[in-house]
Amino acid sequence: MKSIYRAALAALAMILSVAVTPAGAQGTIKMAYTDPLSGAFAQVGDSNLKMWSYLIDYINAKGGAAGRKFELVPFDNKSQPADALLALKSATDQNMPFIVQCSGSNIAAALIEAIDKHNARNPDNRIIYINCGAVATELTNEKCSFWHFRFDLNVAQKAEVLVRALPKNITKVYLINQDYLFGQSVQRDVKTFLKQVRPDVQIVGDELIPLGKIQDFSPYITKVKASGAQALLSGNWGPDINLLLKAGFDAGVDLRYYTFYAHLAGGPTTIGPAGDGKVYSVMPNSENLPVEKGLKEADEFIQGFHKANPGMKFDFSSVGFRTILEYLQEAINKTGSVDPTKIAFALEGMKRKDLFNYDTMMRKEDHQVMMEYMVGQLSKGNKYDSEGTGLGWKVSAVVEAKDLMQPTTCMMKRPAK
Amino acid sequence: MEVFLVSLLNGLVYGMLLFMLASGLTLIFSMMGVLNFAHASAFMLGAYFAYSISLIAGFWVALFDAPILCGLLGAAIERFGLRRVHRNGHVAELLFTFGLAMVIEKVVQMSWGLLAVPYRIPAGLDFPLFSVYGTQFPAYRAFMLLISGLMFLAIWLALTRTRVGLVIQASLTHPEMARALGHDVPKVFTLVFASGMALAGLAGVIGGNYQTTSPSMAVTMGPIVFVVVVFGGLGSLLGCFIASLLMGLIQTFAVVLDYSAADLLANVGLTVTRSSPFGELLTMPLPRIGALLPYILLVLILWFRPRGLMGTRDT
Repeated sequence: MKSIYRAALAALAMILSVAVTPAGAQGTIKMAYTDPLSGAFAQVGDSNLKMWSYLIDYINAKGGAAGRKFELVPFDNKSQPADALLALKSATDQNMPFIVQCSGSNIAAALIEAIDKHNARNPDNRIIYINCGAVATELTNEKCSFWHFRFDLNVAQKAEVLVRALPKNITKVYLINQDYLFGQSVQRDVKTFLKQVRPDVQIVGDELIPLGKIQDFSPYITKVKASGAQALLSGNWGPDINLLLKAGFDAGVDLRYYTFYAHLAGGPTTIGPAGDGKVYSVMPNSENLPVEKGLKEADEFIQGFHKANPGMKFDFSSVGFRTILEYLQEAINKTGSVDPTKIAFALEGMKRKDLFNYDTMMRKEDHQVMMEYMVGQLSKGNKYDSEGTGLGWKVSAVVEAKDLMQPTTCMMKRPAK
Repeated sequence: MEVFLVSLLNGLVYGMLLFMLASGLTLIFSMMGVLNFAHASAFMLGAYFAYSISLIAGFWVALFDAPILCGLLGAAIERFGLRRVHRNGHVAELLFTFGLAMVIEKVVQMSWGLLAVPYRIPAGLDFPLFSVYGTQFPAYRAFMLLISGLMFLAIWLALTRTRVGLVIQASLTHPEMARALGHDVPKVFTLVFASGMALAGLAGVIGGNYQTTSPSMAVTMGPIVFVVVVFGGLGSLLGCFIASLLMGLIQTFAVVLDYSAADLLANVGLTVTRSSPFGELLTMPLPRIGALLPYILLVLILWFRPRGLMGTRDT
């Protein structure tokens, strides 16, 4: 009983100490992190948090920035914009210079709007929004903001990656996408880039499906087969991609599947051995990329995550978060302060090599990162497999940043320096 | 022809899976008046139990054990939960099962994780049985058809040819009279609830590896099963059977029939474009609304024939 009291007291003391630590000059550099940590998509925030903490330990071991260490402060937003705004409120109340969010473009849009207002009204207490995975293209087009920096490719860029990675011998494709904002923009963008980059490719079918409503995709596969398509292109995620793939394998149709999200945590598990060699996914990196490129250091860095988190089944897919921290480190060191306005100006147009030695850049015009992206092929015989399935993501193509410089319509409004 | 034949087979398999889920629910619903929200949870539990058991003892053991576990769980829920709540009326029972579904989902998430588990088709059944115009028909689907067919036969025989079945039927239609004749109606309730859950569990065992075994599988299967039950009619196994096949076939064929209302109107000489009044709706191709068709049918049948297809009394 006594030990329980003691534990409770210790916990209380910890809570209090967190609450009263001044967020001023001498503390850590606090980054509020808000993503779903509970509810149906808790897995997303949960795995991101593990990757973040590994990377923050790394960057702090490298000296942090301006003599201070980074600290990630998680806030659950339950996939709700309203809860994300509460997290923003807490972050600004505690004078945190950064808020990080990775999942959900609707949440991102709400954050951008709120931060624009907040920063205009409180010039002494501004905050920068680090977007690590909300990919709606308009967030860096018509909805762009000076305070928003996107460190992941947008939908249009990902669509271009997919189209550029399509092998020359594929000339007939079938599109299946989810019938909502994201699926429709994948559909539109893939078509646009097919026309631009691969005019020889014929779209033999184009379909929108209701989001998360279909339990059996066999009829779709029947249609795809009847159309004579060689490849199926899909932006589906979650059950909508897993069940689609399963139905395809079951029917034994000779198809290649080009997807946006088959590589997400749980994907390889549901695909299973039947998917060997058939499934491709547009992804930021694969654990096999450094192996194939002969980058020993990057390889060790990625495997270090698994050593630090034994028993975690998912791939260390977000090495890109390291690039974020390196950008922030450089910007803070350059300006010698954690003043968000100065950091934001320093980030604009910044260029760096990433872990895999590719060029990256934070484009000044729209605050969209330019980075390489790859298409992986799920297959046997790789050094590292995914989720213990025996299948791993083999590098099928890497598309470099210079090939993804799409024009922007952003009219950036900048504050006075 | 090719598309028609393949779709027919696919629709049949999906319809039979629906039937396995719905048959238990229709018995429970018609007998106890409880729309059991936790029914699809038994489907999910069946799949997860089967996954865990198949890791240790193999698929064939799981095929028998997992439904039994679900049945025992069902019996416990009825005996210690529903029967108490029953005193407070049907609304309380409904809310009870609703809450139970949430709890089960959370427990599954906590025990097996948030992601799908690799519950696979047993190697002995993982081969294409035959191929129709180049599209393979997996042996496992034939196995599903077989199991569900056998199940239909077994329930039907049990209900019509055995003494227990007669008592169940009597309790369905005249619970007061059955009780007055000395039958232990509450025990019959427990039995029906448990077998219903066991049937759902069986559906989970063979449906979990056909689809994916993940914590969201109850939520995705739940609504469509209710549609089947209401559409088929209360207490009618045959109605439930027909409704299941109908829903399976409708959803399958809706996907392959690429027509819209505008195409129909074009046949009678009316041209509709997206800019005409209601153009957006009329030019919507059938596949895009295919998944909604069962719900449209649900609304229509409640409107025109509230007792359902083969029901003997009003919903």
